[in-house]
Amino acid sequence: MPALLEVRGLSVDYLTDAGDVRAVDRVDLEVAAGEFLAIVGESGCGKSTLLFAIAQLLSPPAELAAGSVTFAGRDMVTLGERELRHVRWRDYSVVMQSAMNALNPMKSIEAQFADTMRAHARLTAEAIHQRAAEVLRLVGIDPIHLASYPHQLSGGMRQRAMIAMALLFTPQLVIMDEPTSALDVVAQRALMSQIKELQQRLGFAVVFVTHDMSLVSHYSDRLVVMYAGQIAEAAPTARLFERPLHPYSRGLLDAFPSIRGPRRLLTGIPGSPPDLARPPSGCRFQPRCPVALPECSVRDPELRAVDGADVRCLLYPAPAVPVVPAVPVAEHRA
Amino acid sequence: MTATAEPTAAAPSGSEPLLRTADLTRHFRLGGIFSHQVLHAVDDISMEIGEREIVAVVGESGSGKSTLVRLLAMLYRPTRGRIFFRGRPLESLRSRRDVLWYRRQVPMVFQDPYSSINPVFRVSHGVMRNLTLHRPELRGAARRAEAERVFEVVGLTPAREMLAKFPYEMSGGQRQRVGFAQALALQPRLILADEPVSMLDVSIRAGILNLMAELREREGVSILYITHDIASARYVADRILVMYGGHVVETGSADDVLADPKHPYTHLLLAAAPDPREPAAVDSSAVAGEPPKVVNPTEGCRFRARCPIAVDECGRVTPRLHAVGVGHAAACHLAPADPGWPGGSRDGR
Repeated sequence: MPALLEVRGLSVDYLTDAGDVRAVDRVDLEVAAGEFLAIVGESGCGKSTLLFAIAQLLSPPAELAAGSVTFAGRDMVTLGERELRHVRWRDYSVVMQSAMNALNPMKSIEAQFADTMRAHARLTAEAIHQRAAEVLRLVGIDPIHLASYPHQLSGGMRQRAMIAMALLFTPQLVIMDEPTSALDVVAQRALMSQIKELQQRLGFAVVFVTHDMSLVSHYSDRLVVMYAGQIAEAAPTARLFERPLHPYSRGLLDAFPSIRGPRRLLTGIPGSPPDLARPPSGCRFQPRCPVALPECSVRDPELRAVDGADVRCLLYPAPAVPVVPAVPVAEHRA
Repeated sequence: MTATAEPTAAAPSGSEPLLRTADLTRHFRLGGIFSHQVLHAVDDISMEIGEREIVAVVGESGSGKSTLVRLLAMLYRPTRGRIFFRGRPLESLRSRRDVLWYRRQVPMVFQDPYSSINPVFRVSHGVMRNLTLHRPELRGAARRAEAERVFEVVGLTPAREMLAKFPYEMSGGQRQRVGFAQALALQPRLILADEPVSMLDVSIRAGILNLMAELREREGVSILYITHDIASARYVADRILVMYGGHVVETGSADDVLADPKHPYTHLLLAAAPDPREPAAVDSSAVAGEPPKVVNPTEGCRFRARCPIAVDECGRVTPRLHAVGVGHAAACHLAPADPGWPGGSRDGR
């Protein structure tokens, strides 16, 4: 069965006066129908740009430089605006980061839902009302709130209303850009469980972007770790949490405190992602890497298959030797 | 309810603590001038913060923790109850000099490092202004040297170069360090940190949490750390206060509260903390619901609507904080009182 979404060699440039900045660099992704794929990384690593490129929402100065996006058998890159209109929201939808900014403060929830539905289909007012009430019920909000304005809802409810809006046409794919980042831990947890429940019930696929790896640990099927516009590591979620191969994945995993067990000193990842206008020579993570080798600043590592994962790191030499790599990493940390 | 009968969230010292509140209460009137709707944002909080102590206030959005910190920062006046700083009641601070004296010792670090630093000035501006206003004895080179010192303490090195930057040239983590440097320039006794890491990437949160621990060690300040993330509270704090609906529902040492939580709300917060090292234990129903807006409350536990173990009594009687262990108290009818400790009787003696 072909993948629902297939991204090949996708590169995105920001055209600036000082020259082109490559924000997304040769990214390959596949999402099967009904799969939950999470993309994690720090701010500025290109994950939101990647989402926008997939959803065909890039606007200047961002520009698709290379690659293809195939969704349900269609090449999205070559589709014109009119054709996209039939695919957008009906077959795939997007949940934006900040519901506070994404919802129109001057319009009731129902009016916003109706706008969305009219833009993508011809429906009677009655059908629109029916469907709007139905999706609100799906996300656990009383349809009485169809008449509410965004400011009358709590942060968690606003985010759920955004998700309800994304489900108006029962799409095959829902793209989510940090939908929980403005919420507190309890509301985050509730929302994640709800997304997972809906996904299992309705069978849509999810591409979920977040900077908080712990958030998706129990929900995603596969994880893609991005750094400086490139995929650093891609693996099944459980596998990546159990045995992160890339030092950056390891750093992300070690960044948050646990509520159980002994208290350990957390290091986080010192430094910040590189300026993509002047990426460092060799491996892009090498200036922050705790286990960098001399050759890391010279050689640009390729993404290669290692032991059930794809990883971009010179610690894993070409003929994959599964035992060797874990040792130097562990020693250095100790 | 009287202050003496309440077991407060006591620091284990006998003398007057650095900061103490007694039945601190703040209500807001909702609606128009004839409205009888009163929002109870903070109700009857008696707490203490000791010298060189990090105390975390944990709760969801809407639990009243931001109102509490604004009361302590003298941004709101209490509706009822008092705040004592080193034994001195805050309502006695009337002159500008007295208020400056307090603000110097108890500065605040804000949640959003992107909007709390003036973008048109270099980051040295805030620090230098604080030094000019609050430490006029420092002049010229000495003032500059002190600015460089605090930047170095918060890890913004080389300090000379960092001071010359504009906020847009800095990352979120660096900006939050500027916030702490501005506070530190005042030689404070207590820093009120209102969700200082929630806007930051997970990868740099650890650095700010470690910075708070370091400031306590090196500069001897106390920190009130406001957060919704109980895991980070455990990481950095000595003691934890759990707030719900304007009440403190559980308090104790960070280890006691996390290892042996007594209040069902604390259980909920723990269940919500993501921990990839553990299997997912809860379904969404366990963390469903939101904190109530406490408007014209009647007697009864404010958590009862979300509580999985509520009994009849919870709808009739507001549970009071009572001791459940050494320095560990909970406000729940079903948390077994420990009569062996002062305040252990449920009726507050």
